[in-house]
Amino acid sequence: MNNLMINDGKSLMIVAVISLVTILLRFLPFLVFGRSQEIPPFITYLSSVLPYAIIGMLVVYCLKDVQIMTGNHGLPEFISVAVVVALHLWRKNTLLSIAGGTIFYMLIIQFVF
Amino acid sequence: MSINNTFKYAFNKSLPVMAGYAVLGMGFGILLEAKGYGVIWAFLMSFTIYAGSMQYVSINLLTGGATLISAAIMTVMVNARHVFYGISMIERYKDTEPYKPYLIFALTDETYSLVCNETLPEGIDQKKYYFFVSALNQSYWVAGSVIGSLIGSILGFNTAGIEFSMTALFVVVFVEQWKSVKNHTSALVGVIATTACLLVFGPLNAKFLIPSMILITILLFLFRPYLDKSKEDRKHE
Repeated sequence: MNNLMINDGKSLMIVAVISLVTILLRFLPFLVFGRSQEIPPFITYLSSVLPYAIIGMLVVYCLKDVQIMTGNHGLPEFISVAVVVALHLWRKNTLLSIAGGTIFYMLIIQFVF
Repeated sequence: MSINNTFKYAFNKSLPVMAGYAVLGMGFGILLEAKGYGVIWAFLMSFTIYAGSMQYVSINLLTGGATLISAAIMTVMVNARHVFYGISMIERYKDTEPYKPYLIFALTDETYSLVCNETLPEGIDQKKYYFFVSALNQSYWVAGSVIGSLIGSILGFNTAGIEFSMTALFVVVFVEQWKSVKNHTSALVGVIATTACLLVFGPLNAKFLIPSMILITILLFLFRPYLDKSKEDRKHE
């Protein structure tokens, strides 16, 4: 039934718009600052300090749907993040930290919480 | 300097993304297929859009019959953070021809986390490292969504929670960056500003991200005298 409701042409247009806007956003800084030989000092400064802030932003972004006030108060997520941090400080092995933390998270949300 | 070594290095670095993209890509393929959009759509979207969270949002746009204008606005809202990535990669991607256009196109959250701060060992070709990591990551994403679309519904085991792998990847990068500098102002600004905006604007459709980026930029501007000076604090390995 779903198939009948799909308008392929319209869908294709939507996909094209999303793709073009995404590409535009990704190219924008390079189009604005890439050509000039002189990148403004503030932009150079931003490019040196932003990576740290952005990864912090992405961590929060990943945890955005955690409900602090209700349910289990985000305990599974926060404990699992702690497990990842602890594993990584201990063994410094990226794959181990990610796999360990993820398996730990899957086990506690499926069997504990 | 061998291409082989660079490829192996890039492949090893990309393994966590492979795990995450296999899962998230399959999740996307499964969901898309369930809404009546088959494998060709999964391939087309992962190939041409290649932005994870936006592709999940776009399923709603497709099935909800969104207008082109609203699709464009939603894309700006969800993907504006990519402007941020670009700004911070202008220097590093400066001399990366002929790969540059593709590197910019393929700069996702996860690829960004692998290229933004990488101090590469001796004998690794930086340009090619960026290219291999970008291309490998996209191949995982496309393959994941195609496989999800084809066989997803057959999969029996309980994968609830496997999406945490992406969170774990960013946490690991955060820890590594934290240990690599003495001055943690920028990292703290990122976490605190984003948390504050999340509390104010709520998680729906990631509309807290644009205020977060504005706040981060303002705070980094204010802290500049303090942060620029402490650049020498960066430990060189």
